[in-house]
Amino acid sequence: MSDFTSEFWSWFIIAIAGGGIIWLFFLLQGTNKADTEEGVPTGHVWDEDLQELNNPLPRWWLFMFYFTMVFAIGYLILYPGMGSFKGLLGWTEIGEYEQEVADADAEFGPLFAQFEKTPVSELSSNAAAMKAGERLFVTYCAVCHGSDARGAPGFPNLRDGDWLYGGDAAVIEQSISHGRAGVMPAWEAPLGGEEGVNQVATYVMSLSGRDVDATLAEAGKTKFDMFCVACHQPDGTGNQALGAPNLADNVWLYGGSPRSIKETIAKGRNGIMPAHSEFLGKAKVHILAGYIYSLSNGSAE
Amino acid sequence: MNNETMTYDYTVVRQFAITTIILGIVGMTVGVLIASQMAWPVLNFDTSWLSFGRLRPLHTNAVVFGFGGSALFATSYYVVQRTCHVRLFAPKLAQFTFIGWMLVIASAVVTLPMGLTSSKEYAELEWPIDILITVVWVAYAVVFFGTIAKRRVKHIYVANWFFGAFILTVAMLHIVNSAAVPVSLFKSYSAYSGVQDAMVQWWYGHNAVGFFLTAGFLGIMYYFIPKQAERPVYSYRLSVVHFWALSFTYIWAGPHHLHYTALPDWTQSLGMAFSLILLAPSWGGMINGIMTLSGAWEKLRSDPILKFLIVSVSFYGMSTFEGPMMAIKTVNALSHYTDWTVGHVHSGALGWVAMVSIGAMYFLIPKLFDTEIYSQKLIETHFWIATIGIVLYITSMWISGIMQGLMWRAINNDGTLTYSFVESVQAMHPFYIVRASGGLLFLTGMLIMAYNMTRTIAKGKAAVAVIPEPAAAH
Repeated sequence: MSDFTSEFWSWFIIAIAGGGIIWLFFLLQGTNKADTEEGVPTGHVWDEDLQELNNPLPRWWLFMFYFTMVFAIGYLILYPGMGSFKGLLGWTEIGEYEQEVADADAEFGPLFAQFEKTPVSELSSNAAAMKAGERLFVTYCAVCHGSDARGAPGFPNLRDGDWLYGGDAAVIEQSISHGRAGVMPAWEAPLGGEEGVNQVATYVMSLSGRDVDATLAEAGKTKFDMFCVACHQPDGTGNQALGAPNLADNVWLYGGSPRSIKETIAKGRNGIMPAHSEFLGKAKVHILAGYIYSLSNGSAE
Repeated sequence: MNNETMTYDYTVVRQFAITTIILGIVGMTVGVLIASQMAWPVLNFDTSWLSFGRLRPLHTNAVVFGFGGSALFATSYYVVQRTCHVRLFAPKLAQFTFIGWMLVIASAVVTLPMGLTSSKEYAELEWPIDILITVVWVAYAVVFFGTIAKRRVKHIYVANWFFGAFILTVAMLHIVNSAAVPVSLFKSYSAYSGVQDAMVQWWYGHNAVGFFLTAGFLGIMYYFIPKQAERPVYSYRLSVVHFWALSFTYIWAGPHHLHYTALPDWTQSLGMAFSLILLAPSWGGMINGIMTLSGAWEKLRSDPILKFLIVSVSFYGMSTFEGPMMAIKTVNALSHYTDWTVGHVHSGALGWVAMVSIGAMYFLIPKLFDTEIYSQKLIETHFWIATIGIVLYITSMWISGIMQGLMWRAINNDGTLTYSFVESVQAMHPFYIVRASGGLLFLTGMLIMAYNMTRTIAKGKAAVAVIPEPAAAH
């Protein structure tokens, strides 16, 4: 897309930029007359004793000034700058970026393509692939999942063997490539307010064997069977096809305190894993999947 | 003539001179706190209004507009009277600029920690405060140019050119950049969007540096160095060239803040080319400041005020060399977004702006209170503590910034990044501690100054300065 709505603006830029440099040149020429000697005052006096000498411009300074102007003119001939004139080198920012990416692909592409031939589950025995996977992980994944991949509230732990969507090599690769959107709706209203939320939360806590108020849990079970089983299953073990967490294993994505559990039920949750395939390319996703697979399948350690 | 018109109006000068010191201490204290938060994040105290994000704009506003602004008001009101040989035009309006400007600073101290911000760097204050700034600034221009208009000498002294350019340009920058659509009393949206907004922001941002923090302070330099050195300004013709070249060229330099972004290529190139040209006009000021001392170099050994002034001009020369270099795109690719930028800004802010203001205040305050400095020795101490503080600050940020830039771009032989972001943060920790110590030293110097000046003012009284007849040459 052109940066200018009409040629006028292009010429306008050329006129004020080029004209400005020419004006600076005449300013220097006009002031640099050899008509005065060193150490002669101008004759003006302010505030009793403030005076000015009229020394000539230092030559080295003058040369430096001319040099920067010549450099600027040369630069604006070679590179874009003067309105819509593209510059003799044809350089563009996006062009430089694309060239760098192409160079990197040419240099490192074959290496990654070679890793791509190894199945995800076997990559863990390839030390070079694991090293690359670890560096990719700390660059792209650690911001949410932590440098040690042990996650944070809202961001799954990738080392504990507990999977929301499944831990098979292909599923891990799928999660990275296309991302995931885990939606837990807000249940406060359907459950009849705080009391209902409290009942269901109590029942949910009982699923992982916690000591809870039996009456509350009983009331909660009735509601759970009505609203929650569709995703989390009657026994609360969840459904990996939907990404619905297992509620019976005492692993908590958003925290396992009564308060956190109640908040999850009342307000719902939205867990987003962004899609990475277009951003990273197939080969890097493949290596990352291999690295993450190795974290819970032992062999990288 | 009655008594009123025969003396200079020092009231507003005295007020701004005192707030220069007070607001300097306030702004630098916040600076030391946020520098320490970088090293020890626990100092955020899990409190929203004490967190880095809220206090950083308070730091910049307090030092730039509170400390620097007070120094500019004080010196320009003093210099314009003395070099025009007339009493200040509209003294009541001048009094209004003091009250108005203090209201602006007080509003900043309240609203910024509350998180009320327009999110424009160095222009964070919300629209009602922006309007107050505009009103105060117009009043400032009326007082300043009114005084110039009724001057009793034909030629306008060079310091006043720079003060004048600073006042006019800052008015233009502030009005254009702060144009916004209010949605409530404390919230507005910029009149510009996308890359245009970014360009307007950095056109403002870099010229805030160029005119608020450079042209204005060159005005200070042009009066206080020749006065303190008792030597004539080195070259009138150099001052003419560098004044016009500086004023013209600075306006173009803003795009170098947006290298390698969505800003069009041609805009980036022009920004870089003119940033390089800016080197010579900047150094014109440095040469005129330092060479004014020729024939009086021995004074540097014994006069601590002159040390402040001359070292400030040296730092000015250094940072105006560093700036054009950092504007070169290939250098910028390494330096941008790193601590190098922070170090560069502070070599200008502490080394140039603060040092020249401090020197001017040591000159000014005894004259305003008709007395002698309480302790020359404490000025000497202040000078050395401040200088060591700046050197620690700048060198730690150079090392940390270049290291950061190199770590971010380092790649392994499989093309992956060698360091994660967190590793680069970890590597900077020791330099953050050094930086905070440098800042703490500089603040300590300011506290010594506050003590010295309090003792000085305590033994003085409000000076009455009779306006002398202009010299016969006019």
